[in-house]
Amino acid sequence: MTDLETFRQETRAWLEENCPQSMRSPFKSDKDACWGGRKFQFQSEDQRLWLERMAEKGWTAPDWPTEYGGGGLSRDEHKVLLEEMARIQARPPLNSFGIWMIGPAILKFGSEALKQQHLPPIVRGEIRWCQGYSEPGAGSDLAGLQTKAEDKGDHFIVNGQKIWTSYADKADWMFALVRTNPDVKKQEGISLVLFDMETPGVSTRPIKLISGESPFCETFLDNVRVEKDQVVGEVDKGWTIAKYLLTHERSMIGNMGSTAAGQKTLSDLAVDAIGLEDGKLADSMLRTEVASWVIDSIGYELTAERARDEAKSGQGVGNVSAMLKYAGTELNKRRYELLVAAYGSEGLLWEGDERPAGALPQQWLRTKGNSIEGGTTEVQLNIIAKNILGLG
Amino acid sequence: MQKLVLTEEQQMLKDAARGLFSEQAPVSQLRKLRDEKDPMGYVPEFWNQAVELGLAGTLIPESHGGSEFGHVGMGQVMEEGGRTLAASPLFASGVLGACALMLAGNDSQKDILKGIADGSHLVALAIDEAGRHQPLRVATKAEAQGDSFVLNGSKTFVVDGHIANTLIVSARTSGGERDESGITLFLVDPKAEGVSVERTIFPDGRNYAKVTLENVAVGADAVLGDKDQAAGPLQRLLDIGNAHLAAELLGLSSEAFDRTVAYMKERKQFGVYISSFQALQHRAAHMWSELEQLKSMVLKAFMALDANDDQASMLASAAKAKASQVAELVTNEGVQLHGGMGMTDEFDIGLFMKRARPAQLLLGDFRYHADRVASLKGF
Repeated sequence: MTDLETFRQETRAWLEENCPQSMRSPFKSDKDACWGGRKFQFQSEDQRLWLERMAEKGWTAPDWPTEYGGGGLSRDEHKVLLEEMARIQARPPLNSFGIWMIGPAILKFGSEALKQQHLPPIVRGEIRWCQGYSEPGAGSDLAGLQTKAEDKGDHFIVNGQKIWTSYADKADWMFALVRTNPDVKKQEGISLVLFDMETPGVSTRPIKLISGESPFCETFLDNVRVEKDQVVGEVDKGWTIAKYLLTHERSMIGNMGSTAAGQKTLSDLAVDAIGLEDGKLADSMLRTEVASWVIDSIGYELTAERARDEAKSGQGVGNVSAMLKYAGTELNKRRYELLVAAYGSEGLLWEGDERPAGALPQQWLRTKGNSIEGGTTEVQLNIIAKNILGLG
Repeated sequence: MQKLVLTEEQQMLKDAARGLFSEQAPVSQLRKLRDEKDPMGYVPEFWNQAVELGLAGTLIPESHGGSEFGHVGMGQVMEEGGRTLAASPLFASGVLGACALMLAGNDSQKDILKGIADGSHLVALAIDEAGRHQPLRVATKAEAQGDSFVLNGSKTFVVDGHIANTLIVSARTSGGERDESGITLFLVDPKAEGVSVERTIFPDGRNYAKVTLENVAVGADAVLGDKDQAAGPLQRLLDIGNAHLAAELLGLSSEAFDRTVAYMKERKQFGVYISSFQALQHRAAHMWSELEQLKSMVLKAFMALDANDDQASMLASAAKAKASQVAELVTNEGVQLHGGMGMTDEFDIGLFMKRARPAQLLLGDFRYHADRVASLKGF
């Protein structure tokens, strides 16, 4: 037996023994996810146990080095772990911006002390992170950010405002882009800093969207003290790290073009809503539009697959994340427009427990943000035009 | 699962095909054929070179003189041919003719494959009877008389019809005009009595013909496959043809796009290169995004055909549908972004549009295939 097969056997046995039964089903709603952190209320003892056991193995961050609490798995072993978890429909033990975003950045750019301080609590789900990037005056022009960090010797004093901070009101620490030098080219005076959300001067306010409640917040920073040893990488060199993280974020949001496993396809939902006549969707014009969407979504899915395969084979453009973000989010918006059309006025019922399409109107409105957050569609097209096509 | 990347051998074939087409059949060759109203519609010297490289037999088994390189391999050749708008019997003979015989032919009929592979025998598929593709709507009749059949009817949009040595004709041996059952394929000698083949001219300058059959007598040995049961193999053949047309459309769209981007970088207005205008940059970026997605769909369709995957029909139709849309987008934008020069015959960009439309319509356009994808997906 190869090492990988042995690993598979052991992993299967371990999961069988340690994954609680109630953690072996897909999330029923976003509320089922475990986010961890100081303020998090576990939904069940099983949820807590599942996180604790996975964190103990380092499998909440399977590919991080073991010295920082990670699983230390190779790429192949990581894949096996995901396959074995999928086999029993095991839920992800932890959703975490720490694992998805700032952790990888600290691993790549951070000092040894920062790694020791921050990575193990992320793996254990003890500290929940939020991202402080956008500002009221710095959206697409992110590098134009104005939150000011004044040098006070061993620390900075930070003043400014962040916006679109997901879960700022629930997070324990923030990673934020701040201006440490106003006198140079805007990209060259930015630093990435870390601070505790309980630091005096930090306050948050939730943002209500056109779709209703949201995880987004405004975050106000009023004379907030940030220690100098909490700068990731070098002072004034934060923009490189920011771009690294944005590429990362783009590929996550771009995944929205996919129909998740277990989710009903657009055509199934349209058939539910409208019905078939002679085997064809009973509204012929809508059928055409749905077919066109299905064809485009096949193209999107296959391109995501090809990009992964090319990356593994060391081929390809590599810079396709902008295209996948653009195509994926635009597809998701179209999907919801077609769903609203398929259900008609009943699909737009805003309230009530007996709504045939559930929270469709809220979901439909929420998708409008997909092509804005994480870099607008227009910014993605700029990236393609400049970086890939060399237009300028 | 098979990775969505080319193998080293497939990449080598693609590179070799690109070299051949760009050197021996550049766009100027098609222009010359058109301008001189060349009676053959292709350059035999170029065809010989393509045959020598083994391209005509890419899909044919080694036992019949081919290289059995599969649809992914042949698809690379079609894509590269699309880039230079190369006119040759490759699609009609090497794809449709060869696959029709491989899918439905008996041993002696398969002997023709050797001639296809060595370029000496050209085949053309005659199935459409009206402007829009409806392969199962067959009014051409084949009446049994003893062991033989008598064919009456007419076919249109027959690729390479006027240069073919053998026509493959769909005709009704039973049932009503729109019945799926009752269709039979026949091998017809275009020189036989009662067959008339008239070349028709389309904007792309390529070879199409109208075929009329008047009391054409053929023997029982002319039946290709099972009598009355051609719909199944014909559908498979059309899946194959559509995937290869999608590849050609991918190639021609990619080339039209590359030329347009190059033009944007050399054309100046208002004292600056027009490539500096964001309104144009975004249109180019959108086209690139669409082309990348088409590329994935075409490759997947070929892999599914090679693997006999049960999704092959759906994927082939999806690829042809997308290819038709992307080709329409890119060739229209290509002319628009070339401005007035794009409207001149002197510039090549218009030739890509003129080839795209017939290739889109051939064997079914976006609408035909979007309908088919919906039906195959059960809605």
